[in-house]
Amino acid sequence: MIELSHLNKTFQTADGVVDALKDINLTIADGDVFGIIGMSGAGKSTLVRCINMLERPTSGTVKVGGDDMTTLSPAALREKRRSITMIFQQFNLLMQRTCLKNVCFPMELGGMPKKDARKKAKELLELVGLPDKAQSYPAQLSGGQQQRVAIARALATNPQVLLCDEATSALDPKTTHSILELIRDINQKLGITVVVITHQMSVVEEICSHVAILDEGRVVEQGDVAQVFAHPQSDAAKRLVFPNGEETVLPPQQNEARLRILFNGSATADKPLIATMAAEHGILANILGASTRAFHEQAFGEMLIGVPRGQKQQTLDFLSTVPGIAVEEVAEDAE
Amino acid sequence: MLNNLFTPETLQEAWTVLKTQIPLAIWETVYVTVLSTAFAIVLGLPLGVLLVAGEKNGVLPLPKGLMHALNVIINLLRSIPFLILMIMVFPLTRLIVGTTVGTVASIVPLVIAAFPFVARLVEGSLREVNPNIIEAAQSMGATPMQIICKVMIPESVPSLISNATIAITTILGYSAMSGIIGGGGLGKIAINYGYYRYKFLVMLIAVILLILLVQIFQSVGTKIAIRSDKRLK
Repeated sequence: MIELSHLNKTFQTADGVVDALKDINLTIADGDVFGIIGMSGAGKSTLVRCINMLERPTSGTVKVGGDDMTTLSPAALREKRRSITMIFQQFNLLMQRTCLKNVCFPMELGGMPKKDARKKAKELLELVGLPDKAQSYPAQLSGGQQQRVAIARALATNPQVLLCDEATSALDPKTTHSILELIRDINQKLGITVVVITHQMSVVEEICSHVAILDEGRVVEQGDVAQVFAHPQSDAAKRLVFPNGEETVLPPQQNEARLRILFNGSATADKPLIATMAAEHGILANILGASTRAFHEQAFGEMLIGVPRGQKQQTLDFLSTVPGIAVEEVAEDAE
Repeated sequence: MLNNLFTPETLQEAWTVLKTQIPLAIWETVYVTVLSTAFAIVLGLPLGVLLVAGEKNGVLPLPKGLMHALNVIINLLRSIPFLILMIMVFPLTRLIVGTTVGTVASIVPLVIAAFPFVARLVEGSLREVNPNIIEAAQSMGATPMQIICKVMIPESVPSLISNATIAITTILGYSAMSGIIGGGGLGKIAINYGYYRYKFLVMLIAVILLILLVQIFQSVGTKIAIRSDKRLK
């Protein structure tokens, strides 16, 4: 279990003091795949570096597996870091070592006999699908392959936690997908807790079960991925879920009531909602904006519709009978 | 000077020098240069490592005062002209070698002049190492010593070899100057014949040989540096 409580981090820069992290409280359960998402500059990388003390928090505590990271001696911290490994956006492989020797590296640091380390490294390269690249140098590999080597290297010390710092941000969508699949496999097969730092919604959607949204150094929302993405509460969460802006709609018409329909994991595909409204109830709705996404084969998202003011109550009554959706009226002055 | 450069007498003399003195002079130059470079690296490499690792944000932060002192000493040694330095270190040379003249004696001032230079070159090479790779090693629980020996130095090997080549060619130039204090080699021949006795042809030959040596060191060094770099393949 990873527990961050009242974590603060301030940086002294030339322009004054910058609060990178403000009162962060997070609990990440063992075996979870936990996403931390935010725009660039939100403090994601600082936050993940506070977990393994690459950054020392200014105040607050970080507990990993019961050990308070902030109070460990340098030697104890080094030992602890062997069970909390990390992969990076730029892979950070040793460029002058072969892939096999890169994977051997953390075992070499721990003083494992060379022969055993090589044997284990070969197994790990097999696990990540690169058994034939043992003698290649990182520069000879594609980005996706380099990240696979980095993952093999991160697994070499049998960690309990894998921190992924924008691990797929330098990769194309297809490679991203295969790397995420590998990470999920590792999580399921080896039971390693995974913390995923990203600015991409799609990454969180694909592999995370819980998510925290970070904005300007604060956790503004956290919880179950489906829940958070279905009902984004904070502005930051809304910006992430609706990157094109949900409110960029036509100015309100007179005699039009605006309703927001929230899809909360309903299976709506078999019953077209708007068409049913028109055909069976004679409600002629105007779709002003919609943003839905499938997540675990269910629909999440929201739709903004305009209906004639006279039919507002009728519409609300009808929609309340449809399972899996929620509806709310959008106040005029909110536009 | 040039119109009587090639006369039967000068050619005859040059030929004699070429046969009798040049082979030994080449050997002495190479020997002094390589040995001085080796000693300069032995002193300069750890010093260069300290300059990078000992910084405030380095892997092994050292007291600010110590870092300041190291920098001052290096700058001080580097600002003394080699000709003056050779004379200034006479007492040290006598202490180590037993004499202040001769080929072996010239190694002492060469090393003193070269090791701060080597330290700066090493510093430059190590600063090129991607800090993210160092961070990755830290995240794996590497000790400062392991980061220096297993990450910083191995990762900068191609750059270190390039810079060792620069060092060896520079030291070659210095070694020629040590002909002044009785150091042997091509420099001594160039000075003795060209400067003291106006035998310019012999001087010219010695200079051409020095140029050739620099060329050889440089091209071999460059080739090794490129071959050692696994980022390029």
